[in-house]
Amino acid sequence: MTSGIRFDAVSVAYGGTTVLDRLDLTVEPGEVMALLGPSGSGKTTALRTVAGFVRPASGRVLIGDRDVTGLPPYKRGIGMVVQQYALFPHLRVEANVAFGLKAQKVPKGEIPGRVAEALEMTGMAAYAHRYPRELSGGQQQRVAIARALAIRPKVLLLDEPLSALDAQLRSGMLAELARLHRELPDVPILYVTHDQVEALTLADRIAVMDKARLQDCGTPQDLYRRPRTEFTASFVGNANLLPVTVGTEGVVFDGTELKVAVSGAAPGSAATLCVRPHLVGLGDGPNPLRGQIVEVQWRGSTHRLYVEVGGHRVKADVRELRETPLLGSEVTLHFAPEDAVLLAAGVHDGH
Amino acid sequence: MATRAPGLVEQHPAKGVVPTGPAPAEPVPTTGGQRAIPTWVWALPPVAVLAVVFLYPLALVVQESLAPGAYGDVFASASFREALVTTVWLAVASTVGCLVLGFVLAVVIAFVPFPGGKAVSKFIDVFLSFPSFLITLALLFLYGTVGMANGVWTDVTGDPSGPFRFLTTPWGVLLAEITYFTPFVMRPLLAAFSQMETAQLEVASSLGARPLRIVRQVILPEALPALAAGGSLVLVMCLNEFGIVLFTGAKGVTTLPMLVYSKAILESDYAAACVVAVVNIALSVGLYVLYRGVSRRAGA
Repeated sequence: MTSGIRFDAVSVAYGGTTVLDRLDLTVEPGEVMALLGPSGSGKTTALRTVAGFVRPASGRVLIGDRDVTGLPPYKRGIGMVVQQYALFPHLRVEANVAFGLKAQKVPKGEIPGRVAEALEMTGMAAYAHRYPRELSGGQQQRVAIARALAIRPKVLLLDEPLSALDAQLRSGMLAELARLHRELPDVPILYVTHDQVEALTLADRIAVMDKARLQDCGTPQDLYRRPRTEFTASFVGNANLLPVTVGTEGVVFDGTELKVAVSGAAPGSAATLCVRPHLVGLGDGPNPLRGQIVEVQWRGSTHRLYVEVGGHRVKADVRELRETPLLGSEVTLHFAPEDAVLLAAGVHDGH
Repeated sequence: MATRAPGLVEQHPAKGVVPTGPAPAEPVPTTGGQRAIPTWVWALPPVAVLAVVFLYPLALVVQESLAPGAYGDVFASASFREALVTTVWLAVASTVGCLVLGFVLAVVIAFVPFPGGKAVSKFIDVFLSFPSFLITLALLFLYGTVGMANGVWTDVTGDPSGPFRFLTTPWGVLLAEITYFTPFVMRPLLAAFSQMETAQLEVASSLGARPLRIVRQVILPEALPALAAGGSLVLVMCLNEFGIVLFTGAKGVTTLPMLVYSKAILESDYAAACVVAVVNIALSVGLYVLYRGVSRRAGA
């Protein structure tokens, strides 16, 4: 049985404050949809409407063809994994995983097999007799995932599942989640995160949320290479956003002509030029920008330079420099015309 | 541990006393034979006060109870055995009642959001400071022979007296004790529930567990230490409860503290009163020891 998730104009309000504003979004069967946004953007609220912990003020939530808006959480058939694991501390790992099976009145004879299967999938079979307090954070999260998978959920909801883990474990678990997704090709996954790396790595599509609204939705490549809004451009990939005026064969920034594709933009109109920091080069080249270095951050394999150009800070990630440039020194930056995207929007200042 | 410079070591350091701070760095003046006061000296005043105001009277009670034949007489009397049985079953029944009622109320207050929930939680703190007889007095106004319930009954039916007479029976004492002591169970429960992750309850319900199953299999197991703490406290307090039993004026209900009172004050039979008191103390201390043993094993 395959089922997707559909938000149909879902709004949520707490005491007059709208925390989710008319969300329309469809997660296809078997698709990983990341809800990406800063805290307070409404992404967790959206997930909680699917789980049934938040009742929408208006709109409908559908799982498959079934309207679940008014259904209590225990009738929805959802697997959920949260940031703080939320394992039952008084139950051993196997009993934690069996909890949902017992609650759903799965025949007694079937339970041990399904518990073993779920623990096998997450690589935790050897820990079945341990208590949660005897496991590390990463192991606990694997058990939480096994517990969610054991009930063979129609949809899987992951609410910042890796946020409590350290960086190295996180990247390992990302690979693990990707593998699990391949093993469960029909289960749609709604993945809430504020971490763009997680979203870019794992998601088939990313829904970017801000200020209770869906700002943008598309494949990771789409959002990264051709963002449609300034918010997406800056939140996904931390792009440089420069206010420009559209010319005939390019744009004008701070009196300098820059060659970029202006497809369709009306000459003379204001727009925002979006360039990724790692696509900005140091030294002469196409579309040169002269400015003063105001900050230098050494990041091991790269240097991040902040260069003041025409009153705007331009970020450039360049390969590690042999000599750290001096603050205040004049430098030239450049970028290739095909690496820039023109957003037909108002003037926006960098961050 | 602190290392002492040679030459500064005392000749006879107090045995078994752990030095609490580093050794003095500057030389200690040696004139006048000044010496650091041994630590046990500091323990003397509080121990002395404790002995005079508490241990000595207690010893007197025990000594008085050792009068020839006192234990035999008391243990042989039917009134003592009856009081012992009444005390124990009232205390056990009240504790069970408090645990059940307290758990249900605490779960509702902690997990079912309702307007005024915080105020109720605060009121429970205040309730703990009320004297026990106040509750009994309030129950007398409600269910006493001339209380409101009977008053309404006689007004409506025209009968000369109402049917509510249970307050002067053991059931009245039980009701009063449960009413008064339930908050003592709720306090530690609410503290335990405030530490519980709501995510656990949410995950449980997303896994298909209905509210009753969540209470039984998620909340109750985590509440057990708090229930044990509150329950044992209430059990000991009920064993020693005097005000409630006195105020209900229940004729047939004589508990050990009531027996001590009647022997000592009404009959001036101090030896018998002291015997009953010693039994009462032994019962309380025995329960406490049992509780400590159980809670240590549960914690291990």
